Amino acid sequence: MVYLSPVLALVLSLLAGVVLFYIMGVSPLAALHAFFIEPLSTGYGLAELGVKATPLVLIGVALALGFKAGVWNIGAEGQLTMGALCGSLVALYFYDQDGFYILPLMLIAGVLGGMAWAAIVAFLRVRFNANEILTSLMLSYVAGLFLNLMVHGPLKDPEGFNFPESRQFSESALLPIILDGTRLHVGAVIALLVVAWGWMILSRTLLGYQIKVAGSAPEACEHAGFSFSGIIWTTLLLSGGVAGLAGIIEVSGPIGQLLPNISPGYGFTAIIVAYVGRLHPIGVLFAGILLALTYLGGETAQIQLNLPVAVTGVFQGLLLFFLLASDVLIRYRVQFGKARLAVENK
Amino acid sequence: MNENSPYLIELRGMTKTFPGVLANDGVDLKIKPGEIHALLGENGAGKSTLVKMIYGILKPDAGTIFFNGRQVEIDSPAQARDLGIAMVFQHFSLFDSLSVVENISLGMKKAVKLDKLAGEITEISRRYGLPLDPNRHVYTLSVGERQRIEIIRCLLQEPQLLVMDEPTSVLTPQEVKKLFSTLNRLADEGLAILYISHKLDEIKALCHHATILRLGRRVARVNIDTESTSSLAMMMMGEELEKIERPPKATAGEVRLKVTKLDMPAADSTGISLTDIHLEVRAGEIVGIAGVAGNGQDELLRALNGEESCQSGGCIIIENLHSGKLGPNARRKAGLASVPEKRLGHGAIPDMDLVDNAFMTGFQRMGLLARGLINYPKTRNFAHKVIADFSVKTSGSGVPANSLSGGNLQKFIIGRELTQQPDILIVSQPTWGVDAGATQTIRKSLRRLADKGAAVLIISQDLDELMEMSDRIGAICGGRLSPFYPTTEMTVEKVGMLMAGVTLEKGDGNVAPLG
Amino acid sequence: MDVFIPALLTIITAATPLLFAALGEMVTEKSGVLNLGVEGMMVMGAIIAFTTVHFSGSVSLAIVTSILAGAIMATIFALFVLIFHASQVPTGLALTIFGIGLSALLGQDMIGIPYEGIPKIAIPLLSTIPVVGSLFFTQDFLVYLSLAMVLAIHYFLQKTRPGLILRAVGDSHDAAHAMGYSVVKIRFMAILFGGAMCGLGGAYLSLAYSPMWVEQMTAGRGWIALALVVFACWRTGRVLFGAYLFGGISILQLHAQALGIGIPSQVMSMLPYLATIIVLVIISRDVSKIKLNAPASLGKPFHPSR
Repeated sequence: MVYLSPVLALVLSLLAGVVLFYIMGVSPLAALHAFFIEPLSTGYGLAELGVKATPLVLIGVALALGFKAGVWNIGAEGQLTMGALCGSLVALYFYDQDGFYILPLMLIAGVLGGMAWAAIVAFLRVRFNANEILTSLMLSYVAGLFLNLMVHGPLKDPEGFNFPESRQFSESALLPIILDGTRLHVGAVIALLVVAWGWMILSRTLLGYQIKVAGSAPEACEHAGFSFSGIIWTTLLLSGGVAGLAGIIEVSGPIGQLLPNISPGYGFTAIIVAYVGRLHPIGVLFAGILLALTYLGGETAQIQLNLPVAVTGVFQGLLLFFLLASDVLIRYRVQFGKARLAVENK
Repeated sequence: MNENSPYLIELRGMTKTFPGVLANDGVDLKIKPGEIHALLGENGAGKSTLVKMIYGILKPDAGTIFFNGRQVEIDSPAQARDLGIAMVFQHFSLFDSLSVVENISLGMKKAVKLDKLAGEITEISRRYGLPLDPNRHVYTLSVGERQRIEIIRCLLQEPQLLVMDEPTSVLTPQEVKKLFSTLNRLADEGLAILYISHKLDEIKALCHHATILRLGRRVARVNIDTESTSSLAMMMMGEELEKIERPPKATAGEVRLKVTKLDMPAADSTGISLTDIHLEVRAGEIVGIAGVAGNGQDELLRALNGEESCQSGGCIIIENLHSGKLGPNARRKAGLASVPEKRLGHGAIPDMDLVDNAFMTGFQRMGLLARGLINYPKTRNFAHKVIADFSVKTSGSGVPANSLSGGNLQKFIIGRELTQQPDILIVSQPTWGVDAGATQTIRKSLRRLADKGAAVLIISQDLDELMEMSDRIGAICGGRLSPFYPTTEMTVEKVGMLMAGVTLEKGDGNVAPLG
Repeated sequence: MDVFIPALLTIITAATPLLFAALGEMVTEKSGVLNLGVEGMMVMGAIIAFTTVHFSGSVSLAIVTSILAGAIMATIFALFVLIFHASQVPTGLALTIFGIGLSALLGQDMIGIPYEGIPKIAIPLLSTIPVVGSLFFTQDFLVYLSLAMVLAIHYFLQKTRPGLILRAVGDSHDAAHAMGYSVVKIRFMAILFGGAMCGLGGAYLSLAYSPMWVEQMTAGRGWIALALVVFACWRTGRVLFGAYLFGGISILQLHAQALGIGIPSQVMSMLPYLATIIVLVIISRDVSKIKLNAPASLGKPFHPSR
């Protein structure tokens, strides 16, 4: 029952997409084909799907845990950026060396960087009661500007013709490709592991229980002896760390160096992924793949039909809206049955 | 219909059904002008439903209403007000951040200039002995003062019928006395009053006639003067209420819970600060704390169960363990269980099922956690045991807590705590809003717990309950505890004084009873 | 002095979009609804206004269409939150994401097109006062409108009955419903008004502040406006103060460069966001104050019980 609404939302979004394409004077069938079928028609395309889905799934799982607890981390984009930055610092420090230890160090640095950035949000929320939606967002903008500053300045490639980018990472600092001839890298495997890990936490552990209670009834959470502040810290550090991991994975995977722009808004799209995935790690996996497809589809549609890339953003926004609407319809049906019992509840 | 009917309002054959429940079954009711008429019945008897139909909130499935001799259809509260029916609800519709006059003006159909309205408010409040400053903001007012706003709001409409729903549950005995003199004055002026309650002493003191409901039916319409509280109780309950037998107590056992010099400042301006709390509860005894809502009961419970931490560990001693700085689960381990006043949202998680709710407080003592992983089969067994042992009516353990009725949810919550065999149990408002059957179950199980040697502390607004169940009784007022006295030496009046913060002198046995 | 006046003028241009958006959101929140879609509504207002003025040449028409754009976006939000009972936080986020995407799509062909900006209106007589005249009394229409709205909203909320009702709904939607007021209708209008104002704020960006269209040209101003409402403790006068304070901070970077201060431009650009965090912290730590000033039903779902 719960999984019906994402499917319904997808169907409605597709219908809306058809209308949109029609208005734009593009053949709806051709557009839908370019968006959803084309990218999957080659092996390389499927691998690209994995590449694009990796950061979305990673951050989506982390956000899902937080949202379930009622902790709104909207600044995953910033944590991703700082993770990428910290991991890159390690890569660039060892830029002329080889070693198996470099990559793990980079990943750890990425996790710590994202965690530290999210720790600021947690601290401000717990200590000063500052709304985490606004603080995490503001820090996102700050992180983006800081990255910009770094690649224009201290981290600029001295042999790079003055372009605002860092040196290219050495072989040891790049994530190994797991499928020859594609860009699919080890990060995808890490993403799957994180999904399994998130699922374990949520369904079987005390932490998962605490998260669910915190999001459902904060006072009951206190009564059960769980520290609400503790849960805030834990979920923010976890989501920050995973977002940071996603950041360094992106940089050491598909990109290979540090640029002013390392993410087409993965941190924000991951919010949609978390919701369409019903805040459940397995759902997030599917939702991440779906939204990755919309990114690829947008690029394909642009090449084949001259469709502006911005259509992707519109489609993603529509998907979230339709999901929220579908939720209502499903809930309405369930409400009918509940009403009977709720009457005696006086 | 006879236009010269002596009755202001007459209800005939009022029937209302909800899915699965026949709330009102052919109920008749009639009230004359100037009469104070009681609507009596236990929780769940159908009083609220009937009154909601009078006030236009619910539409009757069958039955007719006559007002001033004419048949009427009351489709909305606005229409009821137009007819001249005013109602003071049990839960007030007030806006905390606005002033008294702004609140009252919002309840009026037409906009009146606020200064003029303020003048009218002052006038009425003076005339009927309901002192109120129109310009004060509601959040600064006590519960009793807020009720005055509701009453004055009604009186400004110049009603013919005033309906009051359980008005005294939020008042001290002295405030009740003041309210009654106001109501009598109003009745003398010709206002008919429909007074809903289950408190027999008050009905005897105030009302002229009574209509008694039981399980949705009208079982009697009586003249109060010819009845006694026990005959009224018989009609209300339909059977002899079995008195809870209290075995002759030699001496209570050792002190299980000791609170010394507990001070806890309020978290913010809307809370109550606890000051200089001293308390002892011994094995085998039931201690009762009376008090009107909003005097620090919730704060006290949270301080005792560990949701709030004390400034020093020695403030609270549980079985010789300094617990002041320990959290709820550490205190549970030491043997202290608690049941908060608010069930859904505090004592239980509304959206989660009964298995998860059982885990909520039981995971430690019932061993439901192993190396960070939840043992679901064991938790399910625990939940089923609670449901079976405490006759919780539910279709299973997989239903969300908010689908249970009030009484069943409370049975589940109390059952969950009792099954863990605590050494100390603190319960706040154990039977508020709970039907008669469940109330009996709960009270019996609390008594049984104490008999087995546990120390039980009951915080309640229900004075009758406390007088019946506790061995020692005291009161909380403004965050301070009164001294405790053996219940056998206390009367309702004396407890009322404690609730109002008055110290009892030695030899206060000569206090005049309520008029 | 020569530098001073232009500096003050730029503060006004920087503050005005924030002022519109924050005022609108404040009214919405005062009715008890938290609309996180401010950024999305603003950016839609920006693109619609710019497109309109480009094709029609009429500034008035551009203002009207931007109001409509904001209102329509707000209507979507109202539909989801009030009728479908969807949760306010994700719905607001959806509106922002959707608005940013849609505005990018609509603005495809508008990038790089020049526009000279909307004309300033000099108030007769008053604008001839030396110094003050060119500052306060020679502004474009939208600036005057924003200041007029401050007065109008304050009067509405504190002195009129509809304003009282709106405040009551924000205090306790259950009590208001029990009294027979249509919570849904009142909140719908408050949300619409908020959307219209956000549309205006966005319009000011693309018509006056930096007259052109750039994708995501709101650059987080919508979020800053949300923080402003908290900073102002939901009081109209303080919203005005906050908007100008932030306007000043965000404009600092331009003038720092002019004055030759050697701080990198990225750091200066960070200032508004850092300042937002700081004021949020300062205000939020006083829990009592927030509790007393914030509409008590803010963000809570409204489920009228039978």
